[in-house]
Amino acid sequence: MTTTNDSPPKGEDGRDRSLPVIANPSRRTAVKGAFATLGAAAFVAAVSPLRQAAERTSAAEFMQSHYKRLTDEDKRKIIERLEAEAKENHGVEVEIADDRPIPGTKFVYAINLSVCNGNGKCVEACHKENNHDRSTGQSYIRVLEMPKGTMDMEEGNTTYSGVVPKDDKFYLPVQCQQCDEPPCVDVCPVKATWKEEDGIVVVDYNWCIGCRYCEAACPYHARRFNWKQAEIPAEEINPDQSYLSNRLRPVGVVEKCTYCLHRTRRGKLPACLEACPTGARVFGNILDPDSNIRWILENKRVYILKEELGTKPAFFYYFD
Amino acid sequence: MTRIASLLSAGVVCTAVLMVVVCWDGAPPRDKSHSERDVAAQSISSAPSGGPAHASAEAQRTVGETAHHAVVVRQPEGPPLIELAETDPQGRTGKVACSTCHSVRKPNLANRTSASLDEFHQGLTFNHGTLACYACHNPDQSDALRLADGSLVEYRDVMTLCSQCHAAQATAFRHGAHGGMNGHWDLSRGPQTKNNCIDCHDPHEPSYPKMIVGFKPRDRFLKDETTHDDHE
Repeated sequence: MTTTNDSPPKGEDGRDRSLPVIANPSRRTAVKGAFATLGAAAFVAAVSPLRQAAERTSAAEFMQSHYKRLTDEDKRKIIERLEAEAKENHGVEVEIADDRPIPGTKFVYAINLSVCNGNGKCVEACHKENNHDRSTGQSYIRVLEMPKGTMDMEEGNTTYSGVVPKDDKFYLPVQCQQCDEPPCVDVCPVKATWKEEDGIVVVDYNWCIGCRYCEAACPYHARRFNWKQAEIPAEEINPDQSYLSNRLRPVGVVEKCTYCLHRTRRGKLPACLEACPTGARVFGNILDPDSNIRWILENKRVYILKEELGTKPAFFYYFD
Repeated sequence: MTRIASLLSAGVVCTAVLMVVVCWDGAPPRDKSHSERDVAAQSISSAPSGGPAHASAEAQRTVGETAHHAVVVRQPEGPPLIELAETDPQGRTGKVACSTCHSVRKPNLANRTSASLDEFHQGLTFNHGTLACYACHNPDQSDALRLADGSLVEYRDVMTLCSQCHAAQATAFRHGAHGGMNGHWDLSRGPQTKNNCIDCHDPHEPSYPKMIVGFKPRDRFLKDETTHDDHE
């Protein structure tokens, strides 16, 4: 360390030797130094959200690609990671599958409004099946108590309680209608939600940025935002999960009914249907001409919600 | 001065490298040969092979033709059994068949409702149109039922009896548009179990009972309108 400056500090014996910059506090260098420090501080401040992000999300999750671009090998690793995270954060062994559409199926739902009595068992079944937060009692289904004589959702009331059905009311369960022209998909700025071949509109929870445009765009109020990480006792977590369906979702993303694709793509009936004590719910493949759903569409008085919006729901309401 | 500048730039470079390393660590290596989507449905193998456990005790009957699995309609096990109010000298209670009493008692066709009974079955709630007891119960064989044409039908086949009047519901039931079900929508992958009439409808008082709403989501839209905690 030799000093090339014009006036070295006192003492050839080496004592009292200061750093050259400090020893030469010319105004120019002082200003330069100040701005350099400021710049460095600004840089650190600018990247600090990344440090926090790295604390909350694993690096692998941060770098994860869009679901549609994942190879089988990618999916295997991601699912392994998600299963490990569930084990670490919640202490449960979960099994996450990657259920794909069954070729030749288009799922359709129908509800018999003459029979539905608004008891809310479907709401509860959805809450449990899809690993919703226990404290908020979240569910993908909302049952509206409606005055007779209208199908206008805005007339409905979700806060009814007590003995049902009430004489002058009918009950309208509303969940994702899996529209053929889904406004929620159109507005997503990052394509984190899309419609699959069997008609189910899905969300890649790891690609969603939580802007909530889709929630605003949905005329059926069918989407839900994860305001907080779902808190569920370990023994109540449904371990039978699917990547695009009921796996434990991260906080700050949007979620929605998937027609229980982790069940229906394996041939089983959705959880809300099995829970319905009145038998108001019917589910099936509209492409199968012998299916129950086809008979209902051909023989019953069938309605769809907000038909004038042109969303083309795959969800029907009928009366006896 | 140049030293400070180089120190700073070295620091910046180090931070950048560190970030790249942190981000890259553990990231799955990109496979270039990626197949866009595997349409073939996976996890089919996990479809349950066992029959519906909750219906195994029930007698089973199949309707419809399917490739692999059947739609199983639940059935009553047999004629109803009457719980005896009295106990025997050993203190045991017992259940007896209808025929225990009715085989030795002459049927009184004049009795049309439970109100006119002077012994047994008193106080039975009955609210099923204007039917009389022996419209459905069989006066000649008390452990079976009776169709409108007088022919005998077993308790297990009670749906045949109901369908005489409730044909529209029976048709809807056949097409899955009436009555609850469990199991599989896709019968090539597993069976389906359906309720029968009397699982949901009490034959003596068939209108579906009122229920009490048990579960309500407590999301922010359902908060009491009178309390605004977001702006005070």
